[in-house]
Amino acid sequence: MHGRHIDREYENELEKLRELVLLMGARVEEMLTRSMRSFEQNDAQSARITIGMDSSVDKLELEIDELCLQILARRQPVASDLRFITTTLKLVTDIERIGDLCVNISERVVEFAEESLPKGVTPIPKIAEAAHSMLHDALDAFVARDAARAEDVMTRDKAVDAYYAQLFPDLIARMMADPQVVFRSTRLLSIGKYLERIADHATNIAEMVVFMVRGEDVRHLSPSDPPPRP
Amino acid sequence: MSVVAPRAAALTSPDPTGSEDAAERRSSPSGSERRSRWDDLSVGSIVPKMQAEGLRAYFGKMEVLKSIDLPIADKQVTAVIGPSGCGKSTFVRCLNRMHEVVPGARALGRVLLDSQNVYDKGVDAVRVRRRVGMVFQKPNPFPTMSIRDNVLSGLRLNGVSIEDPNAVVERSLRKVALWDEVKDRLDRAGTSLSGGQQQRLCIARSLSLEPEVLLMDEPCSALDPIATARVEELVHELRKSYAIVIVTHNLQQAARVADFTAFFYLGGLVEYNRTDVIFTRPRERRTEDYITGRFG
Repeated sequence: MHGRHIDREYENELEKLRELVLLMGARVEEMLTRSMRSFEQNDAQSARITIGMDSSVDKLELEIDELCLQILARRQPVASDLRFITTTLKLVTDIERIGDLCVNISERVVEFAEESLPKGVTPIPKIAEAAHSMLHDALDAFVARDAARAEDVMTRDKAVDAYYAQLFPDLIARMMADPQVVFRSTRLLSIGKYLERIADHATNIAEMVVFMVRGEDVRHLSPSDPPPRP
Repeated sequence: MSVVAPRAAALTSPDPTGSEDAAERRSSPSGSERRSRWDDLSVGSIVPKMQAEGLRAYFGKMEVLKSIDLPIADKQVTAVIGPSGCGKSTFVRCLNRMHEVVPGARALGRVLLDSQNVYDKGVDAVRVRRRVGMVFQKPNPFPTMSIRDNVLSGLRLNGVSIEDPNAVVERSLRKVALWDEVKDRLDRAGTSLSGGQQQRLCIARSLSLEPEVLLMDEPCSALDPIATARVEELVHELRKSYAIVIVTHNLQQAARVADFTAFFYLGGLVEYNRTDVIFTRPRERRTEDYITGRFG
């Protein structure tokens, strides 16, 4: 964002909003890190702590929504400010959903830990790493107002989808071969799906960052579509 | 038809041959040529009612407008925004040759009304002003005149004989949604009305002349929010029949009422585009800074 607003109170409100989004983003990143660490270490206690973090993310969502509403009502933002506010309103929904998915992962981890189930070798750590780096870079792109970095995030969703596509038949084959592994395999499948959804939400965030920076709506474009024009 | 005089389509004083008009029209660029310069913007194929071309304005030696090229779309609202002293009022005053009324003021370049340059030799400024009406910042009904006479004053001052004054008064006041409010007190002073009503009376006075373009210079700056909303509602109605130019300091007003917006700064046109583009994704940094309050 170039230049500062003449009205410093307004400038402070926008800065506060930006900081709240960053805080919320950092918190779900931490939730994702913790949930995957507890998955790898079969640590139910750590997973329960992650589940407990979600309420603070939910509170931040409410606080951000309220501040956006106040700014819209009292400042009537336009141009880049308007794009920032509308992007933030949508972006927090995706961040909040990522938090919920981290809770879902942690709940499955608790089930694994309590049943002492072996997990076997799966591409789940790779999916987690890719999804986490997408989330991290999408939030970084938001902070730096970097549309190019956001576009890079958008290209990486296919790799996550490919990992998940590999996980699915692999686990189905295992379940068909040995009914004993159905319980754990369905949970692994769920975790894979949660991670794939996190990558989708990171892609949504990246698309919104492109709109925020350039004013171009890049959602739902097929390769044959012409580049967006305002 | 209550107004006897024919609609003032020609700008020149009566010329039996009509040769000057014809020559001027031949030498003017066609509508399609004029549209082409805006093709790279988001304005689509607008049909200009007026067109400023290389318009410069001066107060003495001081240049206050620097070669402005800008179309005024027909049956659309064009807002002119910019900080104080940017030349936006001077610009609209050049459109109907009001600028030159100020001693020492002059304008160079062309202002086309349809295809005719209003600054051509032989063009009658009074006829230009009849086709391009103006409403000012402060409601200015004639203080000694009744509501009725205020409406008719434009026609009378232009020497038009009026066949059915009552019909003109009613039609003009209905156009500005004032008829029902004042029909029982038409003989009371125009200044007895509220500020918002006075402004709508002034708009009715301009409309009684049946102009083709309506210039509004900060028409709501002296009005409260309700009176402002009434004038804005009126602008929405009037745009069906007229090309409207509105100068405003109120950016939200420009965003609400205008189809197109032009941003002026230091006597120059910085950006012209569809209003939705200007207020969501302007292309120029100076526009962005001004409308978001980062200017200065």
